[in-house]
Amino acid sequence: MSRLAPQPGERIDRSRLISFTFDGKPVTAFEGDTIGSALYAAGQRTFSRSFKYHRRRGLMCVAGQCPNCICSVDGAPGARMCTEPAREGLVVEHVNATPSLEHDVMEITDRAGTKFTPPGFYYKTFIRPRKLWPLYEKLLRNAAGLGKLRAEQPEREWRTEYRRRHADVLVVGGGIAGRAAAAAAASAGADVVLVDEGLAGQTAPLDGVELIAGGSALGSFDRLVPVWQGDTLHQIRAARLVFATGTIEQPLVFAGNDLPGVMLTGGALRLAQTYAVLPGERAVIATTTDRGLTAAQALRAAGVEIVAVCDLRPEVNELGRELRRAGVPVFTGHTVIEARGRKGVQTAVISALNPSFATDEHEFDCDSVLMSGGAVPATSLLLQAGAKTEYDERRGHFAIAELPAGVFAAGEVIGVTGDETAARSGELAGLKAAHELGFGDKHSRAQLQVLGTAPAADDEPVAVAPPVAGASRGKCFACFCEDVTSKDIGLSIDEGYDSIELSKRYTTVTMGPCQGRMCQLQSVRLMAQHNGTSLGDVGVTTARPPWVSVPMGILGGRPVEPAKRSSIHSRHRALGANVKWAGDWRRAYDYGDPAAEALAVNRAAGLIDVSTLGKLLVRGADAGVFLDRLYPNRFSDLKPGRIRYGVISSDAGRIVDDGTICRLDDETYYVTTTSSGAGAVEEWFGWWLADWKLDVRLTDLTQGMAAVNLAGPRAREIISTVCDIDCSNDAFKYLDGRHATIAGVRCLVLRIGFVGEVGYEIHFPAAFGEHVWDALMAAGEPHGLKPFGLEPQRVLRLQKMHILVGQDTDSESTPFAAAMPWIVKLDKQQDFIGKWALEHYSELPPSIALVGFTLPNGDVPTEGAVVLGEDGSPAGQVTSSRHSPVLDRTIGMAWVPAALAHDGAKITISDVGRQLAAEIQTRPFYDPDGEVLRS
Amino acid sequence: MSFLLTCPNCGVREVTDFGYGGEINPRPTAAPSFRELNAYNYFRTNVAGVQREWWFHRSGCRAWFYAERDTTTNEVLTTELP
Repeated sequence: MSRLAPQPGERIDRSRLISFTFDGKPVTAFEGDTIGSALYAAGQRTFSRSFKYHRRRGLMCVAGQCPNCICSVDGAPGARMCTEPAREGLVVEHVNATPSLEHDVMEITDRAGTKFTPPGFYYKTFIRPRKLWPLYEKLLRNAAGLGKLRAEQPEREWRTEYRRRHADVLVVGGGIAGRAAAAAAASAGADVVLVDEGLAGQTAPLDGVELIAGGSALGSFDRLVPVWQGDTLHQIRAARLVFATGTIEQPLVFAGNDLPGVMLTGGALRLAQTYAVLPGERAVIATTTDRGLTAAQALRAAGVEIVAVCDLRPEVNELGRELRRAGVPVFTGHTVIEARGRKGVQTAVISALNPSFATDEHEFDCDSVLMSGGAVPATSLLLQAGAKTEYDERRGHFAIAELPAGVFAAGEVIGVTGDETAARSGELAGLKAAHELGFGDKHSRAQLQVLGTAPAADDEPVAVAPPVAGASRGKCFACFCEDVTSKDIGLSIDEGYDSIELSKRYTTVTMGPCQGRMCQLQSVRLMAQHNGTSLGDVGVTTARPPWVSVPMGILGGRPVEPAKRSSIHSRHRALGANVKWAGDWRRAYDYGDPAAEALAVNRAAGLIDVSTLGKLLVRGADAGVFLDRLYPNRFSDLKPGRIRYGVISSDAGRIVDDGTICRLDDETYYVTTTSSGAGAVEEWFGWWLADWKLDVRLTDLTQGMAAVNLAGPRAREIISTVCDIDCSNDAFKYLDGRHATIAGVRCLVLRIGFVGEVGYEIHFPAAFGEHVWDALMAAGEPHGLKPFGLEPQRVLRLQKMHILVGQDTDSESTPFAAAMPWIVKLDKQQDFIGKWALEHYSELPPSIALVGFTLPNGDVPTEGAVVLGEDGSPAGQVTSSRHSPVLDRTIGMAWVPAALAHDGAKITISDVGRQLAAEIQTRPFYDPDGEVLRS
Repeated sequence: MSFLLTCPNCGVREVTDFGYGGEINPRPTAAPSFRELNAYNYFRTNVAGVQREWWFHRSGCRAWFYAERDTTTNEVLTTELP
């Protein structure tokens, strides 16, 4: 155990023990530990195997930024041990190593395979012989990726939510500057949201500010900032954005800079101060700023022996002198050029950075190398929001140069360090953001005056780290995520990928889980060195979301699929219906025997739930005119109590939808639409109404009304027993619509015949769905009434050649081609939607036609099968085909060349290897003259 | 794409609440030639800049309304009922 004595700022509760397992072995942690800190305290030094070379990797940043401790937690890959809180019973497993983290067979790629695995190796090494590519592909796919997803995941195991939040000011980053900005904006009266990665309990709440603790901003999409917090995705849109995203400590690029034991100074400090874990016994520190020196002092105090400090800056300062006085050797102008060791750091080689450094080497025994290549601003979110950066020569990094309107930055991200100045820059940004929105008062305006202009960025002397040191001594990693070495970047440039955007795509540098945090600057430096250009000329790659690794499930939103069910649905379930999706609806496809159900309708009676039909009430003085303009046929001359079929056409003359329209009184029409078209037709009607401004009101009754269709030779007898009006054929004719009371419920009964038998489509308030259904079923029982589903309905309507819009027609079908020229009334004086196009098509004989066909034997072609022309080439297709139980033969509809659209014509259907001979029939297969319907 | 629209009935909402009806494309008032009809049906101006267009509050009040939007910035300048 390397647990230290209690540290002043430690976040662990030593009185509360937690246990979890890592690769099956039990690990003990304190409350407040992360998985990583507990494992480190238990002596674990190898935390993962690298992506390509399977090298050992240990903790480096201890802040969830580098990829070195990616693991799988409770079967979900992609977690980082250094930030994932230790919880009782967690099952933690390593990724990317077989058979174990300690013994990984793929380690061979590091020792022997390097020359076979340059950038793009999968296109180079594994391309010949070409025949073997499928094998290579399998092997490569197996080797790629970190961790395995479970093959099966229990449904709805993890429920994710999204939330939309509109605010005045959003502050990203809960450090000193961010908190000051949030507090200042809130005090001026703005509605403020503060997002901080620190967990609840670690970040104190602020008065008047909504704090999203443990939240990560993923990006800026047109100023919409998605924030991932636990199982919620907050979609935050704020009028002003303040970014106080701080800095990211950079690694140095030297030979062996990825050995376990090589760590960022910030990582070592977090281990020691936050979790009271000794990062190492003996450490060599390499730095380019004061960070390394203050870290050396703090770690010495915590009990780490500091073997040597390399400060790349030429002059020793007071901090350095203090260390020297304490007996720590401080080498100015030096840096680490190699870390050596087998499973972890054993020695470190340092050298002066001058042309003759070979003569100035020192090697130290140590178990850790702590590096600090300076702190670069975390600008990604700012860049996504439209900010611009410029290369800052003195600091050797890209700094914010320009902010877009409405976006502010504060604190370390703009180079302002020191608690007081950072707080001032935050307060200034927060107040400015609020004032731009009109908040604030005399007092806050005065405060803005006092604060004045933004505090200047600090001017601490820094040294710019070399692109690489000790390149000849071994692999120097520029990118830890994707195992890209300094040599790989050079090679990509030599091969012609000489812009940073090209090199990025070729080597995949910056494309790993760290999203460029550890490698963006290093890759730009290496490219500038190799090209002999300046960093400013090389530039940086485009900043893109997501800024943090985020589970797909979070982006996927709620794991639910909305379903519509009719108010009679429970009855279908009770009857054992086979329920399937039909658009948004869950519908009864059949009740076990579709053929028997269809026969029952033709021979006795059937009842089907058609509540899914679109139902629109069109009311007003202009209702008739409105419908005349929307449909190619007339409705203003329809008599109250009568029904007419209508097909909606677009202005291009194409079929949009169909349905029946019943005129209830002079000013009221009851319009039905197809089930799938209900929403679109309501939108279509509403759109034209908004344009024409007629005296019409539109009410969508689709959800409010249930509907059933009672059809069959016995339907009249059945309805007569439950209904208070005369249903004889003389009193209630085909295409009549009547109000009636059925089982005490006021209904609209439409006598129409979609399924080809005497039929009553009964519409009534949805709340009475089960009641009316039950009453009709009971009344029909002595008459052999059977419920029938969607599938038998499709057979029955096909027997009548009634089209299904979208099944038998597509977006190109005109009423003329679809064999419904009678629906188009071109003699109508009035203009209607589609008139001009239909006039054109009425003069142009269609080249294809929708017809029926029959097959002599029992074959039923697949819907979509190809109709062959006379020369054997595809000339049409089958749109519907079924076996008709009442006719006992195959019937169908198909688009065929117009020349074949006559009774008795022979066509050939090519259906998945079968050639079927069919005969055209243009009139309905069942009751062609409609005598049954009208009887 | 992500921006806000102000529904004339309901107020400010996310763009995902709405349906887009395309640029305002007045229907010919007199019988058009076939060429004019095709232009009306299929051709659009596709302005890079401020454009008047139809929007539909699909997940709200289901009203159609006009909006003026800058197609290069997605800034919605005005909305109004027809």
